[in-house]
Parts: sequence; structure tokens; C-alpha cells
Amino acid sequence: MVQMSGVGLRYPEGEGAALSGIDLALAPGSFSWLLGPSGAGKSSLLRLMSLSLRATEGEVVVLDTRIAQLKRSGFPALRRRIGVVFQDYRLLPHLSVYENAALPLRIQGLTEARLAADIREILRWVGLLERADSPPAALSGGEQQRLAIARAVVSRPALLVADEPTGNLDATQARRVIALLREMHRMGTTVIIATHSEALPEEYPAPTLRLAAGRLVSHG
Amino acid sequence: MAEGRRLKGRDPLGLRRALADRLLPALVAAMALLAAFALAGADGAGRLAERWQQGEAGQLLLQLPRDAAPEPVLAQLSALPGVVSVAAVPDERLRQLLAPWLGEVPSLPLPQMLAITLRTEADQVALLEAVQGIPGAQLELRSEAVRLAMRLAEGLGTLSLAMLALIGLVGAALVAVATRAGIAARGETIQILHELGARDADIASRFAARLAWLCTLGALAGLAIAIPALWFLAMQALPVVLARDAVASDLPWPLLALLPPAGALIGWGTAWITLRLWLRRLP
Repeated sequence: MVQMSGVGLRYPEGEGAALSGIDLALAPGSFSWLLGPSGAGKSSLLRLMSLSLRATEGEVVVLDTRIAQLKRSGFPALRRRIGVVFQDYRLLPHLSVYENAALPLRIQGLTEARLAADIREILRWVGLLERADSPPAALSGGEQQRLAIARAVVSRPALLVADEPTGNLDATQARRVIALLREMHRMGTTVIIATHSEALPEEYPAPTLRLAAGRLVSHG
Repeated sequence: MAEGRRLKGRDPLGLRRALADRLLPALVAAMALLAAFALAGADGAGRLAERWQQGEAGQLLLQLPRDAAPEPVLAQLSALPGVVSVAAVPDERLRQLLAPWLGEVPSLPLPQMLAITLRTEADQVALLEAVQGIPGAQLELRSEAVRLAMRLAEGLGTLSLAMLALIGLVGAALVAVATRAGIAARGETIQILHELGARDADIASRFAARLAWLCTLGALAGLAIAIPALWFLAMQALPVVLARDAVASDLPWPLLALLPPAGALIGWGTAWITLRLWLRRLP
């Protein structure tokens, strides 16, 4: 599903390497935690997996595709098979809840008639159907994160990466969000969640990858 | 409510708010107004030069000695390439033309005159060669004043076309600035769509379509101002220049009609290129 061999990442404006010597493999249908303190490189690693960054060394394989050999025109189709959830939600403020959730399907070119049922289903799943016409700003933090998850999974991606999805939420909302992500995993999606919290992996045991100073210090 | 959703769905980038819908059309309208004047100038100068050219060609006169037989010369010149017509000017017509200068002098012996109409300027070369072989024949060559006037008209036409090109470039620069403003306002939105798997071409098309629409509106507004202004100018100028009143066909309608599609094309193409260049910076 995801493989990295000797992967390094150096930002153009950065002084040192954000990531170096990363070797890992995520099996299809797996659920993993990515742990590490702030600045360890968790977000950078997830951005490599979600194709919003390119490794500066090593080999990255995502969904059986060697990224280094992929032409620019091939990236959009691959990205559509990956769902991404961000700590800061990254919702489009000028669109309604419904429109935000519909974006991935519209990008795929689905007609209004074909996507409406899926949007309603996904909004019902995350408990936001009643708020479909609200702007994101009218939602609480937990609701915004659930909307972000709805947007990430509405196209039924093969890989779901979540970067600190509970970072801005209280404990109750965080459990609800993790429950949604685990449900996606049960439906067959490969899920990896980055968190600096040690409590979540203890509460929901799963394989962990641990990063420190840009290096993978444990995997298993 | 569902209709509201659909309408927003057609504008996922929020471009209706991000791209100014007043300032850009107003600036494009000003450009279109100038372009319309430049087009009318180029067209008017072209028509004037063409009229002088035709008038001159029609007035080319060949003078023959009074006792020469005109028929062989008529036959010879008519056979030349590019000669539209050759005809003897009747004696009465010659006397009428000379009357304002010489008065009524029926006894004055006049030479024979042939009126020659040519198709193009280049045909004069063949004509000159033929005339050299005709004993006593004298060709009235194009006057220097008319030649200068034609050169002026052609220069004005060229200047108008250069102005048109400059207006096009300034228009493209305006669209590029507007597109960059739109990118600045919606940069994060573009990045999110990019990361969700939107193709560069799709994102660029959204911007390009919006900019093309705004440019079309601006060009139509500019035309709406330009047409009455051009009509007013034609009404003032034609009685002086051509000694007749202006008619609707004096305005260059086909050229003016090209302005809105040209504005749309410049808007679409500039926005498309600007976006594609910006998107290439994303991974």
C-alpha cells in the first residue's frame, strides 16, 4: 500500500533534513498510529504519503505507484484515491457543509444526480446532515473535523491519512472522530493517523510508527 | 435550497467574490473603447487610401497627338495585363473640364485623351513600357500630393494597428494582474483542490472561464460607448472628407463585432497561462 526506502526530505528553505533514512511499509487494509513529538516530522511524512510533497531522496511507493516515475499528469488520479484529514480541517469557508463534502466527487466529474445520495449518506454518517446548508464557520471544532473526515472519505479512498485529527478537539469529540476513522478501516481502507498523544494508541491499540528528529525510531 | 447548492457547486473556487466583477470589466471597457477607435481609424485610413488609389487609377490619362489614330493604341493598351478599361475622352467632355481655366474656346485645338483604369499600382510598369513605344504619347503620372496623402493614410493605418496591438498587450497585462489577485485571494483553496486531485487544467479552466466572462462584459460595455461616439465622428467627418452624409455601413461593423470575442480570448488565454505557470510550483 505504502512503501518507503531510504526516504529523505529537505525543504528548500530549511537548514537540515526534515526526514532522513525512512524505511517503512504499510500493509493494505492496515490501521497504524504515527507517533512523535511536535517537529519530529510526522506531518512531512504524511504529506509524502498524500503526494503533497515529493521526497528529495529515496523511493516512495503509494498505492503500488512509484512516485518518482509518475508523470505530473498522473498525480491527480492517484490523489483521488487518497483521503486526507488535517488538524486545521482545511475546509473551504465560502462553500456550505454539503458543498465541502461534495468536492471530491465533483472533482471526479460526477453529476449532481449521481453524487447527491452519496453526500447525504456521508453527512448522515458523520452526523451533519441537518447542517448541510450551513457554512463551515457555523460548526463547532468537532463538527468541522467530522466534515473534514466526510470530505476525505466520501470518494471511498484506498488510503486515508490523518494529521493530528483530534489535536483541536475535546476528549468526547476526539473519540467520535477516532471512531469514524476506525470504521473506515473496518470497511477496508488503509488508515494512518499522526498524533503526539500517547493516550490514543493506548486506548485504541494498533501498530505504531514512532518518529524522532526526522528519523523512524520504531516500527511495529 | 438545493438550487443554491447547485449554483455554488459551479463555483467551488469562490471566484465570483475573489475576482473583482466591477473593476476589471470597467478597465476592459476602456481598453475596448480605445480598440474600437483604433479599429475605426485603421479601417477609415484603409478606405481613404483605397478610394484615392481607385480615383487616381481612374484619372490616369494618356495624351496622344491630335492627328494620331487612337484605335490601335486603344487595342494595344486594352490587351495589357492589369488594365481594366481604356476609353477615349470625348472632345466635349475635355472642353467641359477645361472651361473653368480657359473659358469657352471652341476653336482651341485639343489633343486626344485616353482614360485608363488600372487594377493595381504595379500595372503602371507595363503601361509605362507600352506608352514609350507610342509616338508622341504622354502619360499623366500620379501626382506627388496624392502619393504623399496615400502614404499618410497608410501610415495612419499602420499606427492604428500598432495601437491595437498595444491595447491588446495592456489588456492581457490587466488580466494577468487580476488573475494574480484572484490567486492571492484563493491560493489556499486552489491548493486544497489540487491536493484533492483536481487537475491543473480544470482549475485553470475555472479561472479562465471567469476572466473570459468578465472581459466579454467589459468589451461589450466599451462597444456600447464606442458605437455612438464613432457614429458621431462619422457624421462630422464624412461631409468634409467625402462630401456626403454618413451611412450605417461607414462603421466597420465586422471589426467591431470581433472585439468581445477578442476580449474573451485574451482574458481566457492570459488567465489560463498565468494559472498553469503558478500551478506548476505545486508538487
